[in-house]
Amino acid sequence: MKTSECDIVVVGVGGQGVIMLTSIIGKAALKAGIPVRSAETHGMAQRGGSVINHLRIGCVFGPKVPIGGADILLALEPAEALRNAHYLSKDGIALVNINPVLPCTVTTGQSRYPPLEEILDPLERICKEIKTVDATKLAVKAGNSQMMNVVMLGVLSKYIPLREEMLIESLSESVPAKFLEVNRRAFELGKSEMQEDRYAMRQKNESLKFQ
Amino acid sequence: MMREYLLGNAAIARGILEAGAGVVTGYPGTPASEIVETLAPLAKKYNVHVEWSVNEKVALEVAIGASWTGTRTAAVMKHVGLNVAADPFMTLAYTGVRGGLVVITSDDPFCHSSQNEQDSRRYAQFACIPCMDPADPQEAKDMTLYAFELSEELELPVLLRPTTRVSHARADVEVGEIEENRAKPEFLKNPVRWVALPAHARPRHSVLLEKQAAIKTALEKSPWNQLVLRGELGVIASGISGLYAEEAIKQLDADISILHIGTFPPPDGLCSEFIRHVNKVIVIEELEPVLEEYVERVARVHNLDLNILGKRTGHIPREGELDSCIARNAIASMVNLPLVESPSLGEAAAILPPRPPALCPGCGHRAVYYAIRKAFGKDAIFPSDIGCYTLAVDMGTIDTCLCMGASITLASGIRFSGEERDICCSIGDSTFLHTGLPGLLNAAYNRARITIAILDNSTTAMTGHQPHPGTGVTACGDKTKAVSIVSLAKALGADFVETVDPYDVNATIETFRRAKDYQGLSVVIAKQVCVINERRAGIKRKPFMVNENCTGCRECVEFGCPAIEFEEDSDSARINMLCTGCGVCAQICPYDAIEVVKDR
Repeated sequence: MKTSECDIVVVGVGGQGVIMLTSIIGKAALKAGIPVRSAETHGMAQRGGSVINHLRIGCVFGPKVPIGGADILLALEPAEALRNAHYLSKDGIALVNINPVLPCTVTTGQSRYPPLEEILDPLERICKEIKTVDATKLAVKAGNSQMMNVVMLGVLSKYIPLREEMLIESLSESVPAKFLEVNRRAFELGKSEMQEDRYAMRQKNESLKFQ
Repeated sequence: MMREYLLGNAAIARGILEAGAGVVTGYPGTPASEIVETLAPLAKKYNVHVEWSVNEKVALEVAIGASWTGTRTAAVMKHVGLNVAADPFMTLAYTGVRGGLVVITSDDPFCHSSQNEQDSRRYAQFACIPCMDPADPQEAKDMTLYAFELSEELELPVLLRPTTRVSHARADVEVGEIEENRAKPEFLKNPVRWVALPAHARPRHSVLLEKQAAIKTALEKSPWNQLVLRGELGVIASGISGLYAEEAIKQLDADISILHIGTFPPPDGLCSEFIRHVNKVIVIEELEPVLEEYVERVARVHNLDLNILGKRTGHIPREGELDSCIARNAIASMVNLPLVESPSLGEAAAILPPRPPALCPGCGHRAVYYAIRKAFGKDAIFPSDIGCYTLAVDMGTIDTCLCMGASITLASGIRFSGEERDICCSIGDSTFLHTGLPGLLNAAYNRARITIAILDNSTTAMTGHQPHPGTGVTACGDKTKAVSIVSLAKALGADFVETVDPYDVNATIETFRRAKDYQGLSVVIAKQVCVINERRAGIKRKPFMVNENCTGCRECVEFGCPAIEFEEDSDSARINMLCTGCGVCAQICPYDAIEVVKDR
């Protein structure tokens, strides 16, 4: 029996804005009156380590997405996508920013960062669908490379049971007013990157009922 | 009715405000830090005294003083902080409280950011006081309010024990009104209660033991323990494990009874009813088998034939954190349903480079350890302590990390054993002020010939940049006395006390060489502001670049700064966008191949 409407695992590197991104979605769910649970990485790992956030929309249980249960893996960094791919369900979708952040083990020459295809091939075998995005480039196009996480939010917006207006409203409340325009642009660029017809997903949204 | 999307720790902070607490104390520690951090900016608005205390023992004692005036107070710390506060904690149960006093200690199963994964419920058992084990942020907030009321009703402290996945979970939380009225504080003299002389302590111990029945009665009728009777197979689970179990039961769609426990001691009535109903039970809880041992005791009275599964039988691990998958498979094995195998990435993950947390680009700590290594060599002994700097473990200058403040004392012990090699221990500024002071005093008093490096970045960086007595700022942002670490070190008995800027590499190495040669206790204070705070303050230095002199010797790469990369193609180093302009690598380079980027 399904225990969560939509389970998302958001991964990246400390400093990429994983917590902020997850928080924007969570607040949007609150606005929609949908129960939401998330688990965050704080503390030690934030110093350049791997960061993983769990987000469960329409869920009243524990905050951690079960292994093999994620509907969506949203990766702000490709190696982190593969590192956490075991969270994906067989029917899950991986949304991956293709820009690597080299860990210190690579910059100091102790390890090698694999070519992108070596990361994406096994990922593709695990899940139903994989979408790659050059989110960093789109963020620069929007006006600020720091907004990469918001580009990925735009990408994600097509796949989650929350109305876009809710996400935009939550985004507006989460960023300083002077950065709102560039954030909105980043969101739109991410959204338009995904070609799929939204209509089917929309209808599913309307039918969601909680409590 | 209002709902907010709250971090578990923010929900607890909200509960503290709704309870009308007048004093809140704590020391930063993951996963508990955000409780005080949430309250500090609200302190003036709601007229609450919120402080970062010097350490957890101090925090609890300040809270106790306030409680004895009739004020509601909370003392907040991470699980290992309660070890530091254990002395007042144990006797507080004898003296009791007046204003409700809630000790909040956040446990960290899996050691996400800790040196151990001890279970604080044992502390509540040890002290004979009630313990609340919240499952999620909503319950954490509601239990906080309840804990204050229970504390006043019983005149005992109450322990609130969230775990990482409650403290650092976020959920939609229904919030209530903030209580702004509170009784006028007044310390009522009462030596037989507040003076724990043997003659007073003995009867107070009796009082504490007599109160155990009242604790049970109160918790029995509290709403935190939920019984759902279905089939004759059952699950008893505590705190967040109860949510994992409920999710697992729903996924399995199985006819299983469940008792979800939120209080310790657990409720005798509900437990005995449950235990008489089922013939097989699995106990699901993180860390120690506290609930499991209780169930075994109750079963001896109420159901001798009960088959109890749990940690003893190997169904539930005693270490690490649980999740719904572990709960699901444990329950599935009890009811003979097929186990679900977790997908494994196998070889795919093996190609990934490890990404351990590391010191930031430009971090002054890295430069200090570089200098220490140059001055002391590889063979010297390097006890260290708890903070960001422990992340430098790969540099070869961190040989120990035990608990807060243990660097100087371990160094002293190693010296007193007769070990003759050079010893240079390292400790951060906040850790030094937390529990390093007695260690330095002891080292001076007992004439330990060691070098102490105090890594002063003017903040408590690892836990989120909280201020401390050396910073001249309080938790609430008010200006206060900035305590001088130099003066402290001298006052505690060190004769050799020098301050260096670790960005000046040669001067730092030279100072550490003199400290090493000093025939006595030497203290070197390496002072450089945390690069994160510097960036936040808008201070920018010019970045550096590699020029054509580079021979590819890798000296700078081995320094380990994430801003320095090595390009195999060109066989030379490269400085990336992360450079903060500390300039240390330029001083390290033997070929003058690193220079500041010139203005265009």
